[in-house]
Amino acid sequence: MANNAALDAAWAIDWLRRSAAVVAENRVHLIELDRAIGDADHGENLDRGFSAILEKLDAELPATPGAAFKLAAMTLMSKVGGAAGPLYGTAYLRAATAVGDAASLDSATLATALAAARDGVVARGKAAVGDKTMIDAWTPAVDAAASAAADGAGPAVVLDAAATAAEAGAVSTDPLVAHKGRASYLGERAIGHRDPGAVSSAMILRAAAQAAEASS
Amino acid sequence: MSVGLVVVSHSAQLAAGVVELAAQMAPDVSLFPAGGMDDGGLGTSLEKVMTALGLADTGNGAVVLTDLGSAVMTAESALEFLGNPENMRLADAPLVEGAVAAAVAAQSGACLDVVCKAAETALNPVRGAADGAPVAGSEESDGKVAAVLTLINPMGLHARPAAALAGQLGAMDVDIEINGVDGQSVMMLMTLGAAQGTELVVSATGPDAQQAVDLVRAEVEAGFGEL
Repeated sequence: MANNAALDAAWAIDWLRRSAAVVAENRVHLIELDRAIGDADHGENLDRGFSAILEKLDAELPATPGAAFKLAAMTLMSKVGGAAGPLYGTAYLRAATAVGDAASLDSATLATALAAARDGVVARGKAAVGDKTMIDAWTPAVDAAASAAADGAGPAVVLDAAATAAEAGAVSTDPLVAHKGRASYLGERAIGHRDPGAVSSAMILRAAAQAAEASS
Repeated sequence: MSVGLVVVSHSAQLAAGVVELAAQMAPDVSLFPAGGMDDGGLGTSLEKVMTALGLADTGNGAVVLTDLGSAVMTAESALEFLGNPENMRLADAPLVEGAVAAAVAAQSGACLDVVCKAAETALNPVRGAADGAPVAGSEESDGKVAAVLTLINPMGLHARPAAALAGQLGAMDVDIEINGVDGQSVMMLMTLGAAQGTELVVSATGPDAQQAVDLVRAEVEAGFGEL
């Protein structure tokens, strides 16, 4: 069944390219979300980081998914500038470590890599679910991926489940008061605004699912 | 060779300024700024931090100091990228005071632990509770070695001798207090403001206690080489 095909370096590269595209398309949207409760730089910073990833991919294509993740980690940490750089960078770095030199990733490895990525974001940012951060998208995504993988779903379905859960997780930040980052200074004034990091996390996970769908 | 320092800031100018300030008191220490983005804008760059770490570590390790929020995360990420090497530390310290204290400690030849501690205690030197009864002369009771010494050099216990003492004591396995402050902390020794003629009440415990008190006595009696 084509849908069960393990995901290789070409998928990882496509994921990064699709992430760059969706971040570029939503640059202004992310800036506006961040302007409401932060410092209005999330869209611009992420766009700069993913644009730099595209340049690196144009120069040299990584041979494994792990190598692609490591390239993304290094580039985002170097080019993004704000907190999103080390947070997303650590996510990709931990994912790279989790998958090692594997030429392709099956469902279980994907679920493990997503969990490692989430754990990295938690370790770096010290946020928990309900703090109105990226983690509100990531943790439901990780849980959904683990559950789908345990049910025997193929990689594309695992990633689709993760993306869908992340999108719901991003919406769930609307009524929350922020406990981390600059939005935490706003107190109850953050209520009613969606967390830009949770939104971008959901976009990037959706890009992973679309790349998997396209490759199967 | 001494422990090196990396100063991570969102601003290239701020990082360079802190390095300039710290270098004034530590001419022989490898001090490297990692400030701003690659394009000169505000932010922190992993590549800059990793490059600076490579330059700062000349064999005895390096301590990283940071300014705000994501600078800490970028520094942590850089250390993680390098495999969290044992000879590199991220100091939880105020940037300016921490960098100066660490630089002075590194200049005196202190080891990585002591340099990091110098940075982390720079803002709040916690005074010990040993301001009580001084013990006359040098004698042992309960494993404690004590001495009362008088500063004879004209400048007293200023930055250079404070750094020399803290650095050498920092390499020893000893708990030592001098007039109630930690003798292994250069900033705390400097807070004593001990001038010529001041009596230093030295009290040490631990395996190297005798050696530590002998060292302080030798340095004080030699006027820290300034006579």
